[in-house]
Amino acid sequence: MSGLEIPTWDPQTAMLIGAILVEAVLLYVGYGGLERLVGPRLMRVIVGGSKDVQ
Amino acid sequence: MFSNLIGVVDTSPEMLALFVGFGLVVGLLFGFFGMGGSFLVTPALLMLGYPASVAVGSGMAFVFGTAVIATLKHHDLGQVDYKLGAIMIAGTTVGIEVGRASVFYLEALGLADGIISVVYVFLLGGIGLMITREALSNDSDGGIDHDAAADEDLSEYEIPDIAKRIQETVRIPPMVTLRGDVHVSAWVITAVAFSTGVLSGFLGVGGGFIRMPAMIYAIGVPTPVAVGTDLFEIVFSGGIGSYLYGQSGGVDLGIVAPLLFGSALGARIGSAATAVVDADDIKVYFGGMLLAGSVAVGIGEIGTYLGNETLETLGLVLVIGAAVVVAAAIVFTTLRSLRASRGRVSATVD
Repeated sequence: MSGLEIPTWDPQTAMLIGAILVEAVLLYVGYGGLERLVGPRLMRVIVGGSKDVQ
Repeated sequence: MFSNLIGVVDTSPEMLALFVGFGLVVGLLFGFFGMGGSFLVTPALLMLGYPASVAVGSGMAFVFGTAVIATLKHHDLGQVDYKLGAIMIAGTTVGIEVGRASVFYLEALGLADGIISVVYVFLLGGIGLMITREALSNDSDGGIDHDAAADEDLSEYEIPDIAKRIQETVRIPPMVTLRGDVHVSAWVITAVAFSTGVLSGFLGVGGGFIRMPAMIYAIGVPTPVAVGTDLFEIVFSGGIGSYLYGQSGGVDLGIVAPLLFGSALGARIGSAATAVVDADDIKVYFGGMLLAGSVAVGIGEIGTYLGNETLETLGLVLVIGAAVVVAAAIVFTTLRSLRASRGRVSATVD
């Protein structure tokens, strides 16, 4: 275990890392959509206006 | 894979809520400062009683997911030097493997938890001291404002003196020309990549908080290029590191999935906050958080050594508490700035 290892193909691990990749992309897209959908309204509620807010 | 998915379901609701909340805090810090945040995950997992390989492996998988999200956001900004990225990836990959092998070697000797924690204490403490000192003297940039960085011309960035000295002293061929007209030996880049890779693999962190200053101060690349290239690289290094840990059963989806769920939202809030708040305003809190983190890991380790559960709990509370306080300071300062700005607009209109 202490020596250097060359990564070998392991479908199970690849699927595990793939699942994290897919989750990251879905979260990016999902939260992006949510931000566009409720962001301005949320800012109006919190700050009282959104025109000057990015 | 399926056992990992079952692992998510098996995680208790309290732990899921804790991970989502902690992810939110870590994401907020990452989004705001552009670095520093992910390194809190591994010590927190260690203090929660996870084995070192799971704490480091899951920490690295979390970094990978966060980097994918951050890279997607910065993809369009054109801040990536692919030549630099390719050399960095090669050097970091070997470094990560050396660091990872060290963890398993030390784990076999029963020393992994202690040594990883000690390295954390010195690293967090050292960087925390440096940032706090800079913040108090107010003469430099402790965090990275991604959006502001994108607006500046690369030629406007001055190369730090130490980087100039390295570029002039180490002229071993092949020499490489990077974006921003930087000429540097490929060996300097490889050395930086390897050493930060070792730390990355050893500590289970993306290494951005070490690599970004290293790219700026040792290689001399402009800050925006360092940011973009770093994110590009973390996707690869984090992916490979997670894969290697995953093969050894070190990646727990029951930890990574909820952390990522929270951090993706936190990163958006933190990133948006950079458009409103000057990072200098709360940079000192960031340095303080790193210092508190190093003290917390130290206290936790002493507690483990003495078998004192109260000290272990105190360490965990400190490390999470420090992160929560800084995240709350970001949200508070952002809201205050927004309200002040709104007030000024209303007064002008009146």
